[in-house]
Amino acid sequence: MSEQNDPMAEIRASFFIECEELLEALQDGLQIMSDDADDSETINVVFRAVHSIKGGAGAFGLEFLVRFAHRYETVLDEVRAGRLDVTPDALKVFYRAADHLWDLVRISRDGLPEPEAHTADLLTALDGLLGDRGPADEAEEDAQIDFQPQALSLTLDLAGGGDLPSLDPHGPGCLRIRFTPLAELFESGNEPALLLRNLCELGRATVRCDTSRVPPLAELAPGAPHLGWEITLETDADESEIASVFEFVEGLCHLEISAENAADDPPQPQELPRFDPVSDLDASPPLADAANPAPRPLSPTPREPTAPVSPKPAASASRTVVRVDLERIERLVNLVGELVINQAMLSQSLERSGLSPHSDAMNGLEEFQRLTRDIQDSVMMIRAQPVKSLFQRMSRIVREASAAVDKDVRLVVHGEDTEVDKTVIERLADPLTHMIRNAVDHGLESRAARLEAGKPEQGQVHLSAAHRSGRVVIEISDDGAGINRARVQQIAIEKGLIPADAVLSDSEIDNLLFLPGFSTAQQISDLSGRGVGMDVVRTAIQALGGRITTTSQPGAGTTFSISLPLTLAVLDGMVVDVAGETLVLPLNLVVETLTLGAGDVQMLRPGRNVVRVRSGFVPLLDLGAALGYRDPLTDFNGSVVLLIAQEDGSTAALLIDNIVDQRQVVIKGLDESFHRAPGIAAATILGDGQIALILDPSDIISNAMSPHQPMATLHRAEGAIA
Amino acid sequence: MTDTTTPSSIELLTFQLADQEYAIDIMSVREIRGWTRATPLPQAPRYMKGVINLRGTVLPVMDLAQRLGLAPRAQGDRAVIIVVKHEDSMTGLLVDAVSDIVALTTDNLQVPPDGAAGAGGVVSALTLIDDRMIRVLDLGATVNVSESLAA
Repeated sequence: MSEQNDPMAEIRASFFIECEELLEALQDGLQIMSDDADDSETINVVFRAVHSIKGGAGAFGLEFLVRFAHRYETVLDEVRAGRLDVTPDALKVFYRAADHLWDLVRISRDGLPEPEAHTADLLTALDGLLGDRGPADEAEEDAQIDFQPQALSLTLDLAGGGDLPSLDPHGPGCLRIRFTPLAELFESGNEPALLLRNLCELGRATVRCDTSRVPPLAELAPGAPHLGWEITLETDADESEIASVFEFVEGLCHLEISAENAADDPPQPQELPRFDPVSDLDASPPLADAANPAPRPLSPTPREPTAPVSPKPAASASRTVVRVDLERIERLVNLVGELVINQAMLSQSLERSGLSPHSDAMNGLEEFQRLTRDIQDSVMMIRAQPVKSLFQRMSRIVREASAAVDKDVRLVVHGEDTEVDKTVIERLADPLTHMIRNAVDHGLESRAARLEAGKPEQGQVHLSAAHRSGRVVIEISDDGAGINRARVQQIAIEKGLIPADAVLSDSEIDNLLFLPGFSTAQQISDLSGRGVGMDVVRTAIQALGGRITTTSQPGAGTTFSISLPLTLAVLDGMVVDVAGETLVLPLNLVVETLTLGAGDVQMLRPGRNVVRVRSGFVPLLDLGAALGYRDPLTDFNGSVVLLIAQEDGSTAALLIDNIVDQRQVVIKGLDESFHRAPGIAAATILGDGQIALILDPSDIISNAMSPHQPMATLHRAEGAIA
Repeated sequence: MTDTTTPSSIELLTFQLADQEYAIDIMSVREIRGWTRATPLPQAPRYMKGVINLRGTVLPVMDLAQRLGLAPRAQGDRAVIIVVKHEDSMTGLLVDAVSDIVALTTDNLQVPPDGAAGAGGVVSALTLIDDRMIRVLDLGATVNVSESLAA
């Protein structure tokens, strides 16, 4: 492992990982805001996400990122201060800005040039939000500012009954901050002096060090902090700005921020009380609530100091997360894979040794097997990630796609906490993007058509993920017009994909969408005309060991349903024997197994046989011959066939010699660069240490069934020695 | 090799293939192991023996004699697999027997005469050890799939 890289590069990398988390939080926040615009805590989350990205970007000298984040932040700050309403239009700009911020982060990470035109556009849009407020609104803003001291005075009234008008010399922003670092603050390398300096930049500050807890020299513990500070700050900044100064030491210090009571406690440091806080003073409402312009109730109990300074929502603090290099996890996965194989080898040899099943060794083996399985499950779980990040990307796709085709679309997401293997998530992005675009472009009708059909103008696209019997099912549905089956069939006939007189069931017609070269788009639109069809989507899903199906109801919409394995590392396989070779087939493709009797196999023409299965005929493929292991069989009596479900809904029969077992196998990739074997998906290691190939049956079948059947050119490895 | 600068030293692993002696740079050798049956790969080139399990990874093994176009011969019981690493991929080379490790300097290596490079251009140099001619293999050309397919 080469961990001794440039330490700066590592910090930089972790900054970008953090950015991703922040951007996710930003997206979440915007989503909440669009659902419920009045949530004042959410805007803080959104603001803080942008602010933190700006801060980090500044540290790495990512100028354009800083510049953009700063302007974005400025606008968000206006919202936070209640001076800007969150209109749907504003939200759109916020979303676009968040998307752009995401782009900029990626660009910075990859060291690409900044897309200046796009940035300029968005900056104009952001400024436009501020501009709309305009001078006419200035009065309103003043009114709100005027309002704040009044809110204070109500509390003051209760607290000390001082005369209100006179306490205004410092304006609204006279705060008292009590800051007592804990040992952890120093341990994590923070420096109070820097925090205090930052604080002083926010306004006129009087800082007083509280030395009351410093013990006599003899008792001094050098590791323990004994100092605290009290700062009286005259500032226009609101409480959350103050809090953001202390953002990085949150939880590492005692921090109290309270409004200064000029009458009770003038800002002379000498007269500040010692470390027993005057409780009702501290309980006075924080100034940050300027974001909430509603008048405060004149209640005898001042608002509880529920969240005086808590710059983060409680939820994000509750879970501890460790960031691990993917490579390390992969190593662990590999090791566990080996453990599983070793365990299988051990149990095989123990069984062969003829020990009694009640012997200690056999009991121990059983325990060992259980442990191995548990470890394997746990390791797989490490790689699991919620699909949330993927779904968030999709919400962006919907925004962009709907803007491009001028449709009003709402994306509804369910089950975004569903966990799937990281590789699966990564490789789902492209197919999902395409399907979402499809849903917006083809699935949903135009605004006019929707209104005409008596539907709301706003179309809906649902995206959901759920676990179902050991697999994950992802569904993309729209409430559009449904598949126009007549048109689909027509196109398929025009393109020569089906005969003109074919009589197809609805689901067969729906399946035509997955044929290569099929496209219902009348003309290639900007969105879907990217040379990618549903056939590519299906191929990508299949490469993940998944299946895709579609259901559609005319007038009510279309649903695509993707079923995927939870992990790409382990496969439920059927172990079979073909001409002395052990092969593994994905169990989910095997529909049925049959033993052939006399007369079950009929020759269609030389080299092409069919099997009679109940009332139908299924093409038969001699696997041993197709893989070149032996010559084609002529006598099929007593042979075993596996009926394999094909993606187009048809079935094919694979002729094998024997079924050995059904079991989970650890998937080992074949080095693609060396030799790409057709029909071979991967390999696995058997209990005896031998390698067995994992077949991709549909690849073999389509290879073998193609008109110019390429006869396998394999030759057996020449006589092995001992 | 034609450099006039000071020759650097090099260590070679020599081995037997059909009565001929070959060598590869020892720096690319990861290990040497006995022959185990390889799982054949369908529709692979003839020289591909298949894949074997190398402590949990799938290792492709090629019959080096066939790869070099030598006459087919019975596999002796001294046959071993030399596991080599080229760039990032590992390959097993099946050879008849491993002979020796020799250290020499690069000025002992000669460019093969024109037309003698042969065997798909995989012999990069020749050298004499105790009057025996040793063919030094260009490992990249030997294991690289695109070139080997073209060969």
